Amino acid sequence: MTEIADSTRIVKESLNKRYASERRFRRLGLMAIFFGVSFVLILFADIFSKGYTAFLQTQIELEIFYDPAIIDPGHTNDPQVIGKADFAKLYKAALKERFPDATSRSARRDLYNLVSNGVAYSLRDTVLDNPGLIGTRLTLWLVADDEIDMLIKGHIHRDAPESDRRVSNQSIAFIEQLEASDSVRKSFSWTFLTAGDSREPEQAGIGGAVMGSLFTLLVTLSLAFPIGVAAAIYLEEFAAKNQFTDLIEVNINNLAAVPSIVFGLLGLAVFLNFFGMPRSAPLVGGLVLTLMTLPTIIIASRASLKSVPLSIREAALGVGASKVQTVFHHVLPQAMPGMMTGTIIGMAQALGESAPLLMIGMVAFIVDIPTSPLDPSTVLPVQIFLWADSPERAFLERTSAAIMVLLGFLVAMNALAVILRKRFEKRW
Amino acid sequence: MPVYFVVLAILGLTTIAYHYGRKRALTVSASSNHLHSLPHYYGAWTAIWCSIPALAVLVLWLALQSTIITNIVIADLPSAITDLNEQRIGLVINDIRNYAEGRITSGEISLGIAAAAKHYKELKSLSRMALVVIVLAIAIFGGIMALRLISPDFRARNTVENIIRGLLVICSSIAILTTIGIVLSVLFEAIRFFDQIPITQFLFGTEWSPQTAIRTDQVGSSGAFGAIPLLTGTLLISFIALLVAVPIGLMSAIYLSEYASARLRAIAKPILEILAGIPTVVYGFFAALTVAPFIRDSGGLLGLEVSSESALAAGLVMGVMIIPFVSSLSDDVINAVPQSLRDASLGIGATHSETIRQVVIPAALPGIAGGVLLAASRAIGETMIVVMAAGLAANLTINPLDSVTTVTVQIVTLLVGDQEFDSPKTLAAFALGISLFLVTLVLNVIALHIVRKYREQYD
Repeated sequence: MTEIADSTRIVKESLNKRYASERRFRRLGLMAIFFGVSFVLILFADIFSKGYTAFLQTQIELEIFYDPAIIDPGHTNDPQVIGKADFAKLYKAALKERFPDATSRSARRDLYNLVSNGVAYSLRDTVLDNPGLIGTRLTLWLVADDEIDMLIKGHIHRDAPESDRRVSNQSIAFIEQLEASDSVRKSFSWTFLTAGDSREPEQAGIGGAVMGSLFTLLVTLSLAFPIGVAAAIYLEEFAAKNQFTDLIEVNINNLAAVPSIVFGLLGLAVFLNFFGMPRSAPLVGGLVLTLMTLPTIIIASRASLKSVPLSIREAALGVGASKVQTVFHHVLPQAMPGMMTGTIIGMAQALGESAPLLMIGMVAFIVDIPTSPLDPSTVLPVQIFLWADSPERAFLERTSAAIMVLLGFLVAMNALAVILRKRFEKRW
Repeated sequence: MPVYFVVLAILGLTTIAYHYGRKRALTVSASSNHLHSLPHYYGAWTAIWCSIPALAVLVLWLALQSTIITNIVIADLPSAITDLNEQRIGLVINDIRNYAEGRITSGEISLGIAAAAKHYKELKSLSRMALVVIVLAIAIFGGIMALRLISPDFRARNTVENIIRGLLVICSSIAILTTIGIVLSVLFEAIRFFDQIPITQFLFGTEWSPQTAIRTDQVGSSGAFGAIPLLTGTLLISFIALLVAVPIGLMSAIYLSEYASARLRAIAKPILEILAGIPTVVYGFFAALTVAPFIRDSGGLLGLEVSSESALAAGLVMGVMIIPFVSSLSDDVINAVPQSLRDASLGIGATHSETIRQVVIPAALPGIAGGVLLAASRAIGETMIVVMAAGLAANLTINPLDSVTTVTVQIVTLLVGDQEFDSPKTLAAFALGISLFLVTLVLNVIALHIVRKYREQYD
């Protein structure tokens, strides 16, 4: 009797232990998932909290007098003369008028620095467009300097010691006076979305980088999709099982796992040095990304072709279609949604890629917005990389906002892929 | 841009060719009422001959024209210039090009260069005109020749289908061409590097400072090319990354495939897969601006001295990046383990976790190992995270709190912004590139082999 009681006790004790270890194991698994999910949430929260303010831009209201003495002293009405005038004097005069007390050198400097120096160019452009403005007075909202912008958005604390912030007490005093008369506002920043790069954060935008990405992706799509689909069709439908097709298979699988930077080295050595193609051009970027995304597209397209049932091919062949007709008239249309899904995922990968593009010179500082695949340009991820290096606080905000835009594009592309799959996927 | 017009013209001609090919097939067969293939195959046959040779010539011409023109210009330069070394000639050519296109040149333009620039310009416009004429002539000629061949007995469908098959083969060979291109181009530059720096120094040297002296009396530019510090740095960061990714990836794969309810699975799995879709530059930004300062500050609280570009920060974030690789591959292999094995284990009284640890994982181990190797090759080749969050100083250390540099970081820093490819400094990037390619290739081949071999076992 005692023996049995003993063994039940031993079993019970060990069972307790084993159940405890079971619970521990489950908890570990849950913790792993919790870690992964919370990292995603933290990453997004961090970037959104840093970046959303970049979509707003601080502006200061001033009454600008389009002074003929400054713009066009000789009353020539000649655009060349007007173009050369010092338009910075206009907003400086307006500031002086607004703050007549600021007479010392340092106060004047702080005063002029309230407004972005890019305002001079936008004033010039409005006058060139409409010379009738000369001699009139207009109340305008002018773009504030990036440091002031940071101050208004609360990234620079007003109560911090003066030596710890990049905005002087004097400037804060000016801003507080302006705020008291409701002459400071934050409005949606179109500049950020449409302008090219700039050294001044308040004038920098992602327009150029977005266009560069667009051209690069266009080149990639127009090459990678047809080539990838053709390769997949050959390998899946026509290729005999021999050493040559084995070699292709091994190559595709390996290329899918080659570090992207190696493709950059290839682009540098072959496209730039050997063929002498232009540096920093979306064309070359597109070619490099084509080689990089081809394996993804080929693998996805093959899977999609494989899922088309044999009976479809047999039916087509049975009514007398040739092999090529069978594939192109019957199999390919069925496999198309899957191929497009794979291509979109490949394009999303290409859109986020930056390392190979660094190699072929798409990291240059380019102000102009590219208008063709041959213009020097940069792409969105590389723009993020460039801005992340900049010391100005305002660029930190812009980097995060650019990441938000990039993630937005990626989410849209992946959502499109999911919708395509849901909408057209057939279960045979 | 005349090239666009040429392409458009070819496309236009091709449409016309298709139309006429089809029409001609119908005319030649009208009397006998017999035609081998459907009329549109004759159209396609004509269109192919009109477009493909012309487009091929166009692409080749554009690819080679600048090299050929440059060589002709060099050949005609006065001997005083051609006797200079390669580097100086490159500068002269740049000047000629810039001068010809009305851009800013370096310094004074001598008469010789001005003449060469004029020559260059003439050659370029000649080449452009010749291109338009020749390509369009080929298109028209090809179309007409194809039209003449059309007869009722001409096997248009078979010919067109054979051409299509040929095109398909060419497209799938691009994968091979890419590999050959990578190996040849990178190897070629790497060999030039090893001509100047002995390979033993590169493989076994423990000092890395690629700044070579321009003047002999410069300080601190010894030009040491020992890759050991880079390799240890790469391995250190990859190791940290795997230390994060393998347990978390594996445990979440186990939980999701063995324990989780369908609802949790439907929510958590896509969220974890988001991690694979986030661009690496975003991870880099997060590592450099959020994780690294956080680790530095918390290290400071514990009284540890942490570098602001610590290997730990880059490794941690990289680990998170490769979690989805580990988890989705493990998920696949765990699901491939037959249910009968689980049932047998549960049937003799093992708990769920004992079954997983002692039956499922050992059965899935080769596949998991393959997945881990693939993840390791990802980590070794990853660039943006380390470029942004790891340092540049080549410290030979295994302290994760120190700053280390990696192979990919050095490739980027050596090549970005540099235009000449003849100093050991830039060539070193290609030597690093080929090492990176070979290491990842070996890892991938082993991993794919293991995964494939394992999959065959239960199928």
